[in-house]
Amino acid sequence: MSGRTEGGAVERQQERFWNESNAILTTNPLLDATGVVKTYGAVVALRNASLSVLPGEVHALMGANGAGKSTLVKILTGAIHADAGHILIRGEARDVRSPADARRAGLLPVYQEPSLIPDLDVASNLRLTDTPVEPFCAWVRELGIPDLDIRDTARDIPLAVLRVLDLARALAVEPDVLLLDEMTAALPANLAEKVLEVVRRQGDSGRSVIFISHRFVEISALCDRATVLRDGETVGVVDIEPGVEERIVEMMLGARIEKTRVAARQASQVASPRDSRPRLGVANLRVGTKLNDVSFDLANGEVAGVVALEGQGQDELFAALAGSIRPSGGTIEVDGKPVKFAHPADAIRAGIAYVPGDRTEALTMQRSVRENIALPFSAALRNWGPINMAQERSSVVSAIERLQIDTRAQREVQRLSGGNQQKVTIARWIAAEAQTILCFDPTRGIDVGTKQEIYKLLRELADQGKSVLFYTSELEEVQRVCDRVIVIFGGRVVDVFPVELADEPALMRAAYGLPRGAKEDVGILADIHSSPVAKP
Amino acid sequence: MSTTAITPQPTPFGRRLKRFMADRPLIPLIILLVMLVVVLQILRPGIVNERWLANTVKFAIPLAILAGCQTMTMLTGGIDLSVGTVATMSAFIMATQVVHHDPAVAILIALVPAVLIGLVNGIGVGVFRVHPLIMTLGTSLIGTGCLQVYQRTVIASGAKIPPFLAWLGTGLTYGVPNALLLFVPIAVLIVFTLRRTGFGRLLYAVGDNEGAARLSGVRYWQVITALYVISSVLAGITGLLYIGLIKAPSLSLAEPLVLPSVAAAVIGGTSIFGGRGGYTGTIIGALILTVLTTLLTILQMPEGARRILFGLIVLFVTAAYLRIIEDR
Repeated sequence: MSGRTEGGAVERQQERFWNESNAILTTNPLLDATGVVKTYGAVVALRNASLSVLPGEVHALMGANGAGKSTLVKILTGAIHADAGHILIRGEARDVRSPADARRAGLLPVYQEPSLIPDLDVASNLRLTDTPVEPFCAWVRELGIPDLDIRDTARDIPLAVLRVLDLARALAVEPDVLLLDEMTAALPANLAEKVLEVVRRQGDSGRSVIFISHRFVEISALCDRATVLRDGETVGVVDIEPGVEERIVEMMLGARIEKTRVAARQASQVASPRDSRPRLGVANLRVGTKLNDVSFDLANGEVAGVVALEGQGQDELFAALAGSIRPSGGTIEVDGKPVKFAHPADAIRAGIAYVPGDRTEALTMQRSVRENIALPFSAALRNWGPINMAQERSSVVSAIERLQIDTRAQREVQRLSGGNQQKVTIARWIAAEAQTILCFDPTRGIDVGTKQEIYKLLRELADQGKSVLFYTSELEEVQRVCDRVIVIFGGRVVDVFPVELADEPALMRAAYGLPRGAKEDVGILADIHSSPVAKP
Repeated sequence: MSTTAITPQPTPFGRRLKRFMADRPLIPLIILLVMLVVVLQILRPGIVNERWLANTVKFAIPLAILAGCQTMTMLTGGIDLSVGTVATMSAFIMATQVVHHDPAVAILIALVPAVLIGLVNGIGVGVFRVHPLIMTLGTSLIGTGCLQVYQRTVIASGAKIPPFLAWLGTGLTYGVPNALLLFVPIAVLIVFTLRRTGFGRLLYAVGDNEGAARLSGVRYWQVITALYVISSVLAGITGLLYIGLIKAPSLSLAEPLVLPSVAAAVIGGTSIFGGRGGYTGTIIGALILTVLTTLLTILQMPEGARRILFGLIVLFVTAAYLRIIEDR
């Protein structure tokens, strides 16, 4: 909102653009990966990925969830091995077989999860990786933490500081290529600013940085070029210049844009009638540092989609609504009555059931399909006595039939296919007649046929007057299932779309925190310039 | 699943046998038990008679009840090492209190520490999340200490064993041990609880995946507290039965049964990691251990060698059994 830094940022971008154009003419890439392929069984994680990083460049690696970013990063840093492809470092073919190899080749990653061993003090952690202490401390001060005692045990250090220490540890060995994965996530604004400043200087001193981020604001302010991945393939390398966001979003989505428009029309015809009083009312909900301020209503007979990039607070939102964790602020109302959940049992009593994204979190794998479906029945103290087997059988069987669960291997749930396991996690709550179902990415990793069945089921549930909150990492699912979409970014609701307007490009833009209809206006740029990261 | 649909060729016999065993895990255990009895009969012809059978069952019953405690706690991924102390305490307290009180009152007094220790175990494991091994070992030591203090206060008055407990522990009716009058209802109750009650389901669920149980609305501490109280009370009852069998109160009466009770549950196919197993297997496991003890006793080996052999056989049987019943 303050315009004072606007000119500076544009200038710097232009300057960098020119520097880099010269660099393309004169230098060979520092890191050059081409034709990288990685498959896990039948699943292709990387089809044909390439990434070329020039000396002195800050290079963004972008792609939607599941595009293959993390796989490519793991290959570059030697954590996993590619099935095919060439990796050249300074023009030489290098076979990076382990993280130590990558380190010797001058490639150092800083991952999202802190990598210091929690039970050791910082000094011992440094010794483990042969990191020189003096430069480390200098970098730590540089990064805005003046009072670190390296005898502190890592466990006692707050998460944000740990991430900065990880970065300092990497910087201290002066890597040629620094790989930062969502470096500014979970950092407070002042630390994030310092980090970005240091990253920028890293580029100016002739070293390279590969920068993975979901935040366009940072990428615009920091990066020279971006490589965009889609479905395991590099679909483009673009220079970062004003207005490039649109092109990147288009690249990330590819041909899918057309497809979803058709689906949108179909979906709008089946939109269900809604009740006037909300089933679930969430106001100003906060959880720790991840979920900052979320408010929305969920009506009876409605499927509301939640769309967010990874780690934007959606996990916390669902966990809080399910009674799994306690919110640090805000209110939850069920049928107009305020509720406080101390345990999932409280949420279940209020008719709210949670289907987690990871099936292994919800199932007792060694037990039968029947026991798994009937589990919530026995939970309450008053139901600890003898089970009415006939009644249980009939309700379990009807849930199994409704979801068409393949019961050939029903003696142990672990012998079922992933899709059938997922159906069991949902069948449980249909048998228990939950009024509200929170589905967290229920179609992750299951086959297309089962996905269709789940879409259909969620719609049917809504038509019966139940309400569903549906987080999905696959944007196209929104059109198939939802009546309305809530987009969360940085722990806040940034937009709510009726399904008719929720095509993939619009959702993708919103999920990246870009304002609606950004194509024509200069809103994004203004936004970038007013944000703290662009301050010199 | 999909492979069976695609491949039409018949499954090899070994594989079919394995699957058969995996579906009926009791069969290999019964075969083993029969084999042990046959070996015993071969080594000492004529030993296997009605009297021997009754004796074996009599000694197997206290072990089987304690192994029931282990089975139930192991289903939740726990263990109850305090059963020996609890059994000893209730036996000792009953034997010394019966001097002053009516036997029924003495028994009630004797079961109070059992309930208390169970409660402490349950709250420690369920609420404060102390590892069951440590928790029950701790309460076991504390219990033994308390018992030693208690012993001094009653040393003058002496102890006696009510006749009906002796009748229950050692007596035979038409050649059938009277102890079965106590054991059969307990066994039926445990099997029924595990298979057909909500509480039984929760034991398996909590042991298999505590997080999933929680998401289904199961309150862990309730299940665990109830479980350890039940386990302790069963151990207390076992103590009363056992002193009727042994007839000599001591401060380490039931202690030698603790580790065999764990072994019986494991041999019976209950997974120490939780979520898998049942009581019928445990009962046969207790019988196997009792027969094995007899077998090793008649071999006339030195005590040390006998223990070594006992340990080896338990290890071998458990490993082999898991191989047989796990259909992978």
